[in-house]
Amino acid sequence: MQWETVIGLEIHVQLSTKSKLFSGSSTAFGSDANTQANVVDLALPGILPVPNKDAFKYAIMFGLAVNAEINKRSVFDRKNYFYPDSPKGYQTTQLDLPVVGKGYIDIHVGEDNIKRVRIHHAHLEEDAGKSLHENFQGQTGIDLNRAGTPLIEIVTEPDMRNAKEAVECFRKLHTIVTYLGICDGDLSQGSMRCDANVSIRPLGEDTLGTRAEIKNINSFKFVEKAINVEVQRQINALEDGDTLTQETRLYDSEKNETRSMRSKEEANDYRYFPCPDLLPVEIDDAFIDDIKASMPELPEQKKQRFIEQYALSDYDAEQLTNSKAMAEYFENVCKVCSDPKLSANWILGELLATLNKNDIDSRDMSNCPVSEQSLGQLILRITDNTISSKIAKKVFSLLWGTEQDVDSIIEEQGFSQVSDSSAIETMVQTVINNNPQQVEQFKAADEAKRKKMVGFFVGQVMKASQGQANPAMVNDILIKLIG
Amino acid sequence: LSQLAKLDLSEDASVKLQSSLNDILEMVGRIQSADTEQIAPLSNPLDAHQILRDDEVTEINQRDALLRNAPDTQDGLFLVPQVIE
Amino acid sequence: MHDLSLTSLSEGLRQKTFSSVELTQHFLKRIKTHDTLYNSFITVSEDTALTAAKAADVRLAAGNAPALCGVPIAHKDIFCTQGIRTSCASKMLDNFISPYDATVVSNMAKHGMVSLGKTNMDEFAMGSSNETSYYGAVKNPWNTECIPGGSSGGSAAAVAAHLCPAATASDTGGSIRQPAALCGLTGLKPTYGRISRFGMIAFASSMDQAGTMTHSAEEAALLLQTMAGHDPKDSTSSPHSVPDYSQSLSNDINGLTIGLPTEFFSADLDPNIRALTDAAINELTQQGVNVVEISLPNIDLSVPTYYVLAPAEASTNLSRFDGVRYGHRCNNPIDLNDLYKRTRNEGFGEEVKRRILIGTYVLSAGYYDAYYQQALKVRQLIKQDFTEAFNNVDVILCPSTPSTAYPIGSRNDDPVQMYLEDLYTIGVNLAGLPGMSIPIGQSDGLPVGMQLIGNYFQEERLLNMAHRYQTVTEWHLQSPSNLSEGS
Ligand SMILES: [Mg+2]
Ligand SMILES: [Zn+2]
Repeated sequence: MQWETVIGLEIHVQLSTKSKLFSGSSTAFGSDANTQANVVDLALPGILPVPNKDAFKYAIMFGLAVNAEINKRSVFDRKNYFYPDSPKGYQTTQLDLPVVGKGYIDIHVGEDNIKRVRIHHAHLEEDAGKSLHENFQGQTGIDLNRAGTPLIEIVTEPDMRNAKEAVECFRKLHTIVTYLGICDGDLSQGSMRCDANVSIRPLGEDTLGTRAEIKNINSFKFVEKAINVEVQRQINALEDGDTLTQETRLYDSEKNETRSMRSKEEANDYRYFPCPDLLPVEIDDAFIDDIKASMPELPEQKKQRFIEQYALSDYDAEQLTNSKAMAEYFENVCKVCSDPKLSANWILGELLATLNKNDIDSRDMSNCPVSEQSLGQLILRITDNTISSKIAKKVFSLLWGTEQDVDSIIEEQGFSQVSDSSAIETMVQTVINNNPQQVEQFKAADEAKRKKMVGFFVGQVMKASQGQANPAMVNDILIKLIG
Repeated sequence: LSQLAKLDLSEDASVKLQSSLNDILEMVGRIQSADTEQIAPLSNPLDAHQILRDDEVTEINQRDALLRNAPDTQDGLFLVPQVIE
Repeated sequence: MHDLSLTSLSEGLRQKTFSSVELTQHFLKRIKTHDTLYNSFITVSEDTALTAAKAADVRLAAGNAPALCGVPIAHKDIFCTQGIRTSCASKMLDNFISPYDATVVSNMAKHGMVSLGKTNMDEFAMGSSNETSYYGAVKNPWNTECIPGGSSGGSAAAVAAHLCPAATASDTGGSIRQPAALCGLTGLKPTYGRISRFGMIAFASSMDQAGTMTHSAEEAALLLQTMAGHDPKDSTSSPHSVPDYSQSLSNDINGLTIGLPTEFFSADLDPNIRALTDAAINELTQQGVNVVEISLPNIDLSVPTYYVLAPAEASTNLSRFDGVRYGHRCNNPIDLNDLYKRTRNEGFGEEVKRRILIGTYVLSAGYYDAYYQQALKVRQLIKQDFTEAFNNVDVILCPSTPSTAYPIGSRNDDPVQMYLEDLYTIGVNLAGLPGMSIPIGQSDGLPVGMQLIGNYFQEERLLNMAHRYQTVTEWHLQSPSNLSEGS
């Protein structure tokens, strides 16, 4: 049978506010356990939440970036369940009246196809603390530093039909939130976490199949793998005549499999109801207008600017603006070398290939082993003829992961291109002396033939100079000496 | 119900509680008689809206004082029986 | 000293008739001597009280001290007090030393008021007889066989027995007004949001409101002044401006209109209470107040509505008591579920469990619309009834309770019957209006109260009318005859 895969995503995005959603505790990452958990975060008796204005601002920025309706009135609800990392015994979230309503994003699928993925809504809610399962004499330790960190949960419609599209959607949302600066985008620290609702149905069928929710997938690569392996599991089950149950599953990246999370399965009735400690939040037009006026440049706008300002091709501009970090990297390289075209070629060519080879995420340029300054300097040395492009690749590989600067590598390795005309003249003369036959042929040839034959002599000189002679100078001197 | 509320009701208490719960549910069931078709629910008595605070860190680390009330801690963490995932 | 009003105490302190330390020692001694009889205090904080009194004396000597500087007060044990046990009368919090002060507590401390300790109450404020306290029932000073009312029964008994000059209290369904009525006191529950709830342990967040337990309206005005106002830590507290409550106390009430809800003056109203209420109304009409009949057509649904909404909110407000971060924890839990269940089973009393279960039920899938959602709509109807009434009247007047204090233990078997007795007070909480109870006489030696209900943020008007009544009557000055004098 032919199966069709249906995927919807729920993505939790940690907002980069300074303080928590409902308290003045810091949201900074990596502090000692429970040092950023105050009376509100610990849910002491008698405490009350006071919502953070910037959390609303950031959520609305997201809404505007995905063409969504902004709800003028939004309400916080309590989602009730007992768990030690949820100190109040409920999560404060938004159910019926989320701050961001329906919207959409366009994603690239395949070479030139664009697909529209609808956003169902995005709501504000608080993050939970962390359970640490290390050895506490068979007990679990609870750290509430993260409890109360503001999140937006973005819920898409089930519009994706394969794992690649799902990854593309996740990537696009990552691009948007990092462009907006509302999230640091650091997947490895859980700043963005993806839940995928996956189901399959016979091709041509309209009704949705039984879905599994794969929880907390924390990399682009794993989103693709987890969905693929889950789809295969569902196909195998149905083709074996088994029935699927609606459940929550966990992706195990080591075994590359998903497994049922039984512990959270006991019939949960969350008993959502409007939180009586919080009043309806009214968003007025002035607030939205202020946010609109201060929106940073979005990917599409940046791409158009790159095409105009740097005379880049549509394709190059698209590639460079896929991630804000990459675009910033490009602009910084340009600043150093003033050659946009070469900068783009180097970034999208040599740099990207090397990043991929080393398994470094090109979206997080903060870990890039070659700094903007170095790459710019390298390009500068090509344009001022100090080195050839070929030598530049050697320098680039030596730059990788070192702090050493470009000029000192060129110097140390003796890569500097020979532009001394007397040295080149000597080399050219040697080549002429060693190839009398070719010289005779050259002299007898007409203009058209001569042009073709120049290459042979230049090649010999370059070889003799181990690639360091300036090719343009070699050319000129050759014509002068033979002619 | 007691599972949702995390209450472990012992047998005899449960019977007594159960009968009073039934009485109470019968009493509160009287609200069914009101015609509320056109009526908006009222969660909060005042027609007010939420005041938002500026995004500022106003809290300092008070871990030692706050952990003093905790029944079981280690290395600044609250301890609970092993949570199995 | 213990018979003096807040105003006289304030004057005495200023004129150095006595110091705050002397005053504080006097009340501490009275508590020590007499409270074995009433059980009105859960915790007496002698050391911190004396330290605060010394500091107050320094401020008084320096001049410019606030009006109530140096005056002792007791706090209902629902308010968090830093460094002092805050139990909410529950085993769950028997060992809980609050690391922070409720805004009400810190405001009074800033005014230089001296906290004597924490008063007894129904567990988590769930009850109207003060019999559900983990620390035992409180006795009514007018008759120690009887309940003082609840849930602020400890505050009421302590003030009625002159163990403290005044006390803070809280009211979710009548928990200030009802014990005030049963103990012959003036009890004020302001508009929802008038006083910060920060640090007041939540029962039903959309109805909880702090207030005052005093002998007179004049004292209530002084105390309210220290409590009212917006608190950035309670975003549901109102930014509405705070008037000078004492300024308007003696204003003329001639020409004001009071409304008597026909639903509250039905044939089954206790004849003694009816007669005393009529007499009180007569005192007001003599001062030129007009009286009209009004109707609150949905008020008979207020008790059922309340017993959906309050338990619903309470059931989740009390989820934080899980034995992880503070409070009671069961011994040797075998797993997480066991930790939760046994901790909560051991830590909560029966009435609290009952309400958690009711609340869980009305919010659960399949019942939400019929119970919780429907109750919110009926709440709207009840609010509309009041709003309409206030188009025509300035104050609504009715009894505070259907009967006087009853014997301890006499009504424990029928929770529904107990709940229904709150019918006069509960509508006010659902609508968020200010209400107060003032003493208007006695029936068989037990006090009877009358309730005044105002429009939103009209505490001034209630205090004004109550004060005018109290300038021509002496019920608020009467004390239980068996109180030992002199000491
Ligand atoms: Mg979700
Ligand atoms: Zn979520």
